[in-house]
This record gives sequence, structure tokens and C-alpha cells, in this order.
Amino acid sequence: MQKDTTPRPRGTGRVRDFIVRHRINRNWQLYLMLVPVIAFFAVFCYGPMYGIVLAFKKYQVLKGIVGSPWADPWYKWFLEFFNSPYFQRVLTNTIVVSLESLLFGFPLPIILALMINEVQSTRYKKFVQNITYAPHFLSTLVLVGMIRAFVNSDYGIVNIVIRKLGGEGYNWLQRANLFRPIYVGSGVWQNVGWDSIIYIAALAGIDPQLHEAAMMDGATRMQRIWHINLPGILPTMVILLILNSGHIMNVGFEKVFLMQNDLNMSTSDVISTYSYRIGIDSARYELATAIGLFNSVVNCALLLVVNSCSRRLSETSLW
Amino acid sequence: MNASNSVKHSRQSRGDVIFETVNVILLGLIALIIIYPLVYVVSASFSDPIAVTAGRMVLWPVDVTVDNYVQVFKNASIMTGYRNSLCILAIGTATNLVMTILCAYPMSRRDLWGRSVLMKLMTFTMFFSGGLIPTYLMVSKTLHLMNNWAALILPGAISVYNMIIMRTYFMTSIPYELQEAADIDGCSPFGTLVRIILPLSGPIIAVLGLYYGVGHWNSYFSALLYINKEAIQPLQLYLRKVLTLNSNQSLMDTASDEVARQAMRAETIKYSVIVVSSVPMLIIYPFVQRFFVKGVMIGAIKG
Repeated sequence: MQKDTTPRPRGTGRVRDFIVRHRINRNWQLYLMLVPVIAFFAVFCYGPMYGIVLAFKKYQVLKGIVGSPWADPWYKWFLEFFNSPYFQRVLTNTIVVSLESLLFGFPLPIILALMINEVQSTRYKKFVQNITYAPHFLSTLVLVGMIRAFVNSDYGIVNIVIRKLGGEGYNWLQRANLFRPIYVGSGVWQNVGWDSIIYIAALAGIDPQLHEAAMMDGATRMQRIWHINLPGILPTMVILLILNSGHIMNVGFEKVFLMQNDLNMSTSDVISTYSYRIGIDSARYELATAIGLFNSVVNCALLLVVNSCSRRLSETSLW
Repeated sequence: MNASNSVKHSRQSRGDVIFETVNVILLGLIALIIIYPLVYVVSASFSDPIAVTAGRMVLWPVDVTVDNYVQVFKNASIMTGYRNSLCILAIGTATNLVMTILCAYPMSRRDLWGRSVLMKLMTFTMFFSGGLIPTYLMVSKTLHLMNNWAALILPGAISVYNMIIMRTYFMTSIPYELQEAADIDGCSPFGTLVRIILPLSGPIIAVLGLYYGVGHWNSYFSALLYINKEAIQPLQLYLRKVLTLNSNQSLMDTASDEVARQAMRAETIKYSVIVVSSVPMLIIYPFVQRFFVKGVMIGAIKG
């Protein structure tokens, strides 16, 4: 049986036109299915993308986005953002929190996966895995609610323990220098197990003959992990690193937003929360759109740079 | 299986045995660290407020009581939130699945003219988006969806990532010959989807339904933006009120015992609220976690 009865349209002129028309006619139902889908992408993905022109306009509610006049100069709102006293603070915080999350959130799942992979007993393996996934399904609100309850200055378990040890209790979330450790730590706690699944799957795909050959040659456990397992999951690691790098500027907005308070603002204020305050609280739509655009562009640029570096260095890339 | 295991064991050197023991103990510790906060929350929710706030409760419930839960269930707005969240979950997940199938199936057909252009346009939205404000203006000002559940459901109707997972499944797990045979027998594309593809896609539909469902249950931010009438608010917004607002002031210094006791009770009720709101996840978790894992693995195939 022939594998593909409908070859890609080849040839030129009439023949090609005929093939294309034939395929469209025959598959009109497929296009019908795509109507709501295309409507969705047009309205909720590309529509807001068109709304980005707001970043270059002076918004007047009655005239709408299209009718509003252009800002003068066109980069007015960007200039205002770059010159704002908050610019440096939110940019630094965003980058530092992201990099710290990446620094711990990226290697720890790999280590966990390598450790779980070495366990001989299937039941113990399953047991550890089931426990480590569990926190992934808590909502951000519940997670932050738990953090708040644990570090509550009077009744939180953390402070009760500190007081028992002779220290003094205080609300950890109100200390600016503790925001990052709490953010990163709780993130690792919630996701380390879940993020390790993909590596465990990749490890399961490594050819056992490699291990047998290495054992014949007298390789130790550590040597086999280092020389077989790690290179085996390297492509997966690189892909995930590239994808993560595309989110450097997107710190988990929902979590930061919930953990924020007036006292930890100096380390917890990030670009997305700043943009939220400007846009939703103060209704300065143009400025907030400009900030959002700046964020998206930097993200995209980072993704492209990391992707092309990786293509050159390790021949692994997204496309 | 057992035989090969024992062969492996007999060949283990001393170093390997030490390695294994240390590894198992370390993993046990990690599991303990991860599970402890969850156990603490559940135990605290069943304990007497005074015992919890005094730090007498460490692992298992002390002075067991269901009083905290009685307080939670007496509250009318948490029940309204629960009902709303369940409705949003049901309608939202159904919409998600229908839309994702309608998108993934045509995109999985190699004879769809224009497929690669459409695919590129869709993938692009994964990496670049209009951002918060343009989306907000689109939903609230252009479409007038304020205080309408549609604002929580429609903007996220298709997750491109999930769509790619489903498309990969259609393309790799269902033989193309089946579709060809149906085509030759005169089955329309729609008929092929309903009679051939969907009956073979049970697992992937379950996985994505669960992904979407968990997402709806846990999301609060779109509700914060678009819903301000309490009668139609989802549970998470109510949680936000209880868990994160007005919990910073210290009531330790207040003279009145009654006020202090109130504060202690409010603190312990939070644990019960956390448990109540996570119960649906806790109930389905043991049954579905292997499906979740399967989903991650299908997604891991580069498509």
C-alpha cells in the first residue's frame, strides 16, 4: 500500500492549481472546522497584538484605539518608562528573580530525576515520584496562602520554631531580603517533582546496552551516570533551557503579585506587577502597553539568541 | 524480571551498595521535606485553634475537632464560590476540548492545504502576545464581557501547547492508513473525526481535559480582572480574600482575650479553607496522576 496518496502540490501552472483546488474542495469540512479556531486566534491572539499600537498612541476612550491620535514623539511612553524612577528597580528585580529561579529550578529536577532513576525498587520509585508531584496541583493562591500562614509573625509554624529556639519571630514576607529566597524556594518545592518527569522519561529511553557495556568495562555507578545518563538527556535539557530562557522576563506574575506588600516592594516589584499597577489600577493604558511590549520583545530576543547559540554549540534547537 | 535483578545485585560492588543506600535515604528525606507542609496543613485543619497557634501541633492533629470545617461550611459565599467554580470548570473544559480538537484534527492532516502557514501563525502566539492591557481592552471594552463567565473561558479556549500535544498524538498514535481507508470508503473528514479519530483518542482527551480542568480550578487572575460581582465569583477569588488580605496585622498585643482567640481561630480556619478548596484535586489526584505523566511524555516528543 502506498504510504501517501496525496502528495504535496508539485509542478507549475494549471496542474498545480488543479491539485490545490481539488484538495481544498475535497477537504472543505476541514476548513469549516477551522472557522471557530481561526476566529479564536484572530480575536484573542492577533487582535490584542494589533492593540499593541496603543503603545505609540495617545489613547482617547471615545475614539477607540484606531481613531486615537499618535503619541508625540512616537516613543513617548517608552521614554517615560525608561526615565521613570522605578525602571531600574523593576528591571533588576525581574532579571535577578528569574535568574535565581533558573539557577535552582533548572538543575534540581535533573538531579532528582537522576537519583530516582538509580533506585532499583519500582515501588519505592513510584512512592517518591507520587509524593514529589503532589504540590504541583496546588493553586498559586493556596501556595501563597500556605506561605503566609507558615510565616505569620504570631502563629506561623516557622516563627513558633524560631521562638522555641530562642530567636525572635517576625513576618518573613515583610522583609525585603527574604522575598527572593521564599519565592525561589517555594517554586522549587512546588515544581521539582513535576519538572523531573520529562527527564525520567528521557532516561528511560537510554539504550540499556550502553550501561551493560560500561559495566563490562568496569565503570562505576557515578561514571555511568556522568558518561551515559547525562549525555543521554542533554538534548532534553537544552530544549528546556531554551524554552525557559524565553520566559526570563515573565516572572510568575500571579505568585509575585500575591506575595507583594508595601514592605517587601523593593525586591518584589517586577515589570509585570508594575505594568499591572500602571495599567489596571491607574488606567494608564498606553504606558502599560509600552511596558508590556518592551517585555515581550526582550523575551523574544532572548529566545532567539539562546536558540541560535544552542544550534551552533550543540546542534539542538527549537526549529 | 526477578532473575535478572538478582544477577544485577550479585554483580554489585561495595561502592554500588553504599551508593544505593545513600541514594535511597536522600530521596526519602526529599520526599519527607516535600510532603511535610501538606501534612501540616491537613493536620492543622483538624486541630483545635489554640493548640495550633501555640505550636503544640507538629505532625498529627491535636485535640481533634471538625469545628473549623463547620465554620467554613456555614459561610454562604464559599459555597457560592464552590458552585461557580464547578460550573466554570465544566463549561470551560468542554469548550477547551471541543476547540482543541477542532484545531488539532485539521492541523494533523497532511493533505490540508495551507497547514504549515497556519501552524506557524499559531506557534508564534506561544512566544509573542499582545500583553495584559491590549487583551484586557479587547475582552472588557471591545467584546463587553465584564462580569461574564465567557471572559474566563474564551480568551484561553485553545492552549497552543496542548493543541500540539493532541496533534502529535493524532499523527503518531493513529495510523494514517485508517484515515485513508475511511476516505476511500467515502467517509467525509468530519465523519472520520467522529468515527475513527475520537474513539481512538480516549487517553489524550482525558489528559488534556485534566490539564484544562486543573487550570480552570486554580486560576484566579482573569476573575480578578473581569468579575467583580460576588454572586458569580469563582472560589479562588473568595480564597484570595480569606488567605491573603488583612492577614498582616499583629493581634498579639491586644488586651482582650476574645480578640486574640478570634484571631487564632481565623488563622486555623485558613488551613481548613485550603483543604476544602483543594479537595477536588486531592480526590482525583491518585486516580489520574499516571495520565498526567503520560501527557508530559507525549508532549516531550518534539513535534
